[in-house]
Amino acid sequence: MELLTPEKIIDSFKTALGDSFIDAKIYQCEVAVKKNKFRSLWVEVKKSAFRDAVDHICHLQQYPHLAIISSSDLGAEVELIYHFTIYYGHHLEELSLGLRVKLPKSDLKIPTITDLIPGALFTERETQEMMGVEVVGIPDKRRLFLPEDFPEGAYPWRKDEKGPPNDMLRVLPGREPK
Amino acid sequence: MTLEETKKATYTIPVGPIHPALKEPIRLALSVDGEEIVDVDIFAGQVHRGIEWLGMNRNNPIQSIYLAERICGICNICHPFAFVMAVEHAAGITPPARAEYIRTITAEMERIHSHLLWAGIAAHEIGFDTIFYLAWRVREEIMDLIEYVTGNRITKAMFQIGGVRRDITEEQFPRIRQSLDYYKSLFGQLKRVFLDDRTIRMRTKNVGVLKREDALKLLTVGPTARASGVPKDVRQDQPYAAYADLDIKAMTPDMVSGTVVGDVYDRIIVRLLEVKQAIEIIEQCLEKMPPGPILAQPKTAVLLKTLTQAEGEGIGRAEAPRGEVIHYVRLEAGQSTLATWKVRAPTYVNLMAVPTILKGMQIADVPIAFASIDPCMSCTNRIVVTDRAVGRKSVVGYEELHRLSVEKTKELPR
Repeated sequence: MELLTPEKIIDSFKTALGDSFIDAKIYQCEVAVKKNKFRSLWVEVKKSAFRDAVDHICHLQQYPHLAIISSSDLGAEVELIYHFTIYYGHHLEELSLGLRVKLPKSDLKIPTITDLIPGALFTERETQEMMGVEVVGIPDKRRLFLPEDFPEGAYPWRKDEKGPPNDMLRVLPGREPK
Repeated sequence: MTLEETKKATYTIPVGPIHPALKEPIRLALSVDGEEIVDVDIFAGQVHRGIEWLGMNRNNPIQSIYLAERICGICNICHPFAFVMAVEHAAGITPPARAEYIRTITAEMERIHSHLLWAGIAAHEIGFDTIFYLAWRVREEIMDLIEYVTGNRITKAMFQIGGVRRDITEEQFPRIRQSLDYYKSLFGQLKRVFLDDRTIRMRTKNVGVLKREDALKLLTVGPTARASGVPKDVRQDQPYAAYADLDIKAMTPDMVSGTVVGDVYDRIIVRLLEVKQAIEIIEQCLEKMPPGPILAQPKTAVLLKTLTQAEGEGIGRAEAPRGEVIHYVRLEAGQSTLATWKVRAPTYVNLMAVPTILKGMQIADVPIAFASIDPCMSCTNRIVVTDRAVGRKSVVGYEELHRLSVEKTKELPR
């Protein structure tokens, strides 16, 4: 397996995705005394090409490690970042790759990737219950962490009216409610 | 009820809720056919505390360090470690090199105590309590050292964004070296006890096997993955803090046994090797530790203002005793809390391997096989056995499951 540099990886995304590639940036910082680099790569793609992008990552590394999906409520849209790590098992060579995709709140749907990466199931279930993003084709639709009596249609991580209802929030003594 | 249903009778045995130490306590529902486990279902979230929500809605980033420390009772270094690195990457703060070394030393001390704790529990699970007492007595030395260096046995409050809160001085070195020498002198004995003992071999060899391919597909991390032959270790792959200055190699069982099976025995090998490795890392850190400040910004109020004005995102990854911990943080200018905080603890992904590990095994092997991925079994408080065919339900205590495991050990041919 050839290990590509971050720049080459970005080029390979551009070639593979064409117009659906939106943006990419490389973050790096120096660590400790020897000043070795800690590198992370952030790639943003259009929602329509999301599956192709994951497929492309599976070509960069046979079994890419999906650490977690993080989701942010940005107001009009929800941003999902799929945090992959590739090139593990090689000293200093591993790269963190954040695959970013933004979904408009009118259409909060994302296809599942459990067919490509079976271990994505837990984090997809969590994203579904916590952010209200529907994962289309997920093999196990049940909640992961939220209890069964948690109200339907409320999503803890949302910052709009779909967030947890006010009567569920306990204000600490001496604090003002937000 | 028809005769057909009676024939197909499988029992469902829920195990749990279990895990007070991590973010996800857990209940397992085991479907068994006679003694053999045919299916496993996982229910998580019994005490989900909404820690990420508090970080996003209530706390400022510095308060969140202490919240992160309380995610896990055993590995309370790795979570603040990953968290402060994520915030540092997001806000563009570089911690001084000395702080990176102190962080590494505390993290490795945590690995020693966590692996010894696990070794004791594993021995207890198979009813070998002599070894359990031995492992936990030996563990006291590192707990004393942790208290000596950080001021507390657990929740050490060492971490600050941009550095650490306490220095390790030259005068402390002899005491630290004394503890390390103690463990080095013991290593041969520990290795003999855990790897050569006939009972342990019989109860752990070819038990709870996770194949390399399954480990990769199910995103397994930490000693569980390494025991299956996946050389994945953040300290080696994408080194952070002082690990970037050292040559760390991921420990795999073939270094001792020559082969990789991926069973419980291999997980013991990996953890034993990692205790040895941790001692070497601390020694190297003591030697190479550069002088200098331990905080990038000693004034908390100034730091807090910088963080409130900062805009950006970052990830922090740390190799905890159980595997990779990853924190994602997004900061928005003008917002006093974190805009986004996502935490992933190693058991989150390792749990997905549990059905594969347990399938085809006997109920009496559940304690040792499940404990081998190192979730704390301390809260396995009750087990409900349901006979679906006749609608009978009986509640069996943790003691009952433990008794089954002990009996299996006793029945081994001598």
